[in-house]
Amino acid sequence: MFSFILRRLWLLVPSILGITLLTFGLIRMIPGDPVEVMVGERTLDPALHAAALHRLGLDKPLYLQYLDYAGSLLHGNLGQSLVTRVNVWDEFTTLFPATLELAISAMLFAVVVGLLAGVVAAIKRGSLFDHGVMGLSLTGFSMPIFWLGLLLIMLFSVRLGWTPVSGRIDLAFDIPVRTGLMTVDAWLAEHNDPANFAGAFKDALAHLILPSIALGTIPMAVIARMTRSSMLEVLREDYVRTARAKGLSPARVIFIHTLRNALIPVLTVVGLQVGTLMGGAVLTETIFSWPGIGKWLIDAIQRRDYPVVQNGILMVALLVILVNFIVDILYGIANPRIRHAK
Amino acid sequence: MSLLEINNLSVLFGAEAHPFAAVEGLDLSVSQGEIVGIVGESGSGKSVTMMAMMGLLEGQGRIVADKLRFDGKDLLTLSARERRKIIGKDISMIFQDPMTALNPSFTVGYQIMEVLKVHQGLSGSALKKRAIELMEMVEIPAAATRLDAYPHQLSGGMSQRVAIAMAIACNPKLLIADEPTTALDVTIQAQIMSLLVNLQKSHDMALILITHDLAVVAEVAHRLAVMYAGQVVEQGAIPDIFRKPQHPYTEALLSSIPEHSKGARRLNTLPGIVPGHYDRPSGCLLSPRCPYVADRCRAERPALLPNAAGAVRCYFPLSAKDAQ
Repeated sequence: MFSFILRRLWLLVPSILGITLLTFGLIRMIPGDPVEVMVGERTLDPALHAAALHRLGLDKPLYLQYLDYAGSLLHGNLGQSLVTRVNVWDEFTTLFPATLELAISAMLFAVVVGLLAGVVAAIKRGSLFDHGVMGLSLTGFSMPIFWLGLLLIMLFSVRLGWTPVSGRIDLAFDIPVRTGLMTVDAWLAEHNDPANFAGAFKDALAHLILPSIALGTIPMAVIARMTRSSMLEVLREDYVRTARAKGLSPARVIFIHTLRNALIPVLTVVGLQVGTLMGGAVLTETIFSWPGIGKWLIDAIQRRDYPVVQNGILMVALLVILVNFIVDILYGIANPRIRHAK
Repeated sequence: MSLLEINNLSVLFGAEAHPFAAVEGLDLSVSQGEIVGIVGESGSGKSVTMMAMMGLLEGQGRIVADKLRFDGKDLLTLSARERRKIIGKDISMIFQDPMTALNPSFTVGYQIMEVLKVHQGLSGSALKKRAIELMEMVEIPAAATRLDAYPHQLSGGMSQRVAIAMAIACNPKLLIADEPTTALDVTIQAQIMSLLVNLQKSHDMALILITHDLAVVAEVAHRLAVMYAGQVVEQGAIPDIFRKPQHPYTEALLSSIPEHSKGARRLNTLPGIVPGHYDRPSGCLLSPRCPYVADRCRAERPALLPNAAGAVRCYFPLSAKDAQ
């Protein structure tokens, strides 16, 4: 198991190198530089422009800029925002918990609903439920996040008034930041000071529901479809027949002997969906005014804030890699044939 | 009284209006401690019969029978829950391909112990001890260390031994072996076969041996049922049925054994294939391929009629021809 993890870790090095090259290159391919964007419509004296670029180190040849960037990364230095002058790492850690909370909640929704729907659809193959789930998941998969988000707001917030429209919690609550996860902080605040924070936790949860559904629908649809097809495949396996021939209960046959094997490909899909989730978070955060890193990155791209874009995206990419790395390890645990492979 | 009694069993697939009978009017009885061979070519309904009896067709096929009794219990009226108490315990089955019959995600120990837990409620060290005992019984070397092995770490022969250990875990009264050696190397085949026969003797089990290897049946079985296109065409004791086959199909099967064709340039074969869903003849199912076919065979379907040695489904049994 240990050597399995080491082998997987070693494979991460080229991935990370590739990401730094990509973000570094892509942001520089967008026309305009940070100085031009800051100046905006006003005319810019070429001498001042050159001086500003020199001060930022942006007049060096590209490969030198990249080496500088890589060098500071190796020292664990993510640099400062060109606009706010705040350390990129500090900005990231302040904003990230909001995105993390949204992503976890969306993934939870996607996995729980997707798995259940997929399993039941597979067992009741060809039934009305099966067709319903598959139809709905195709719809969910094809629906743009911003459109789904707006529809959800229209129905549940505006028409029915069940959920708040935007933000993480009612502005009346001034929740002290402890973990950065609003639901946890609200619960702690309510727990410690019930008089001032009555209903805070419930309010934080209510704010979380719609964005989670909006963000989690695509992964949910993918997981449901994958689970269904994987279950159907495994149900035909000889060892499932063996399990039945052993006189095991249908629940045991389905959830232990079938699902355990059917989960292996689903696990990979879940890992890959984390990427989709981080991408979707940008849109979801914009629609629901969710103060996370999605909004932060969009702003940084518009301002050509190179350090923020490079390192912000690097952080997100590292997160996706980390999750997929964990999935790889889980994959090894779930599938003994991989664990023992030479 | 027989341990297993099957009377007029049919297994139907497909639409209600135009069903296809994979098994048609099958009669079979098996007594305690008896080894019964069922032979027939692929698609003759050997496996489907046993799967139907164990309730493993899972709503894919419809089962119709006059009688389906095991050990005094009527399997037709038993609820699914009651049936699950019997299968895996009193009736158990091993399958053709051991490499796919074991769950790749669980250790062989887990898979053996699962049966003991579910049917006998064993737990803890007694459970483990019994599992090791079973693995020793099927002659797996270093059984205690193999408990934690995964199926992919075992050879085909070892996997089949594990499958057998699982099947005999609760001392079944009836063991069904569905082509247990077909997927194995020739040298391993003999070992597995003798293991099965030894276990059958030591546990006084009934053993139904589904195979298309007549040589194996000739060696170990007491009785033989020959199936063709979903029907039993001949039943009888061994070695009578080998010495004097009554049905033309049995005769053809026997003459296709390579040892019986020594010196011949080509193996004896029966031309044609088993009729499928759409080309079943209205008369005797063998009539398009039978070398002795007569007009009556094409017009009517013969019934399985008892004779001196067993039963045969033919208007013109071969012994009668000899007499003429």
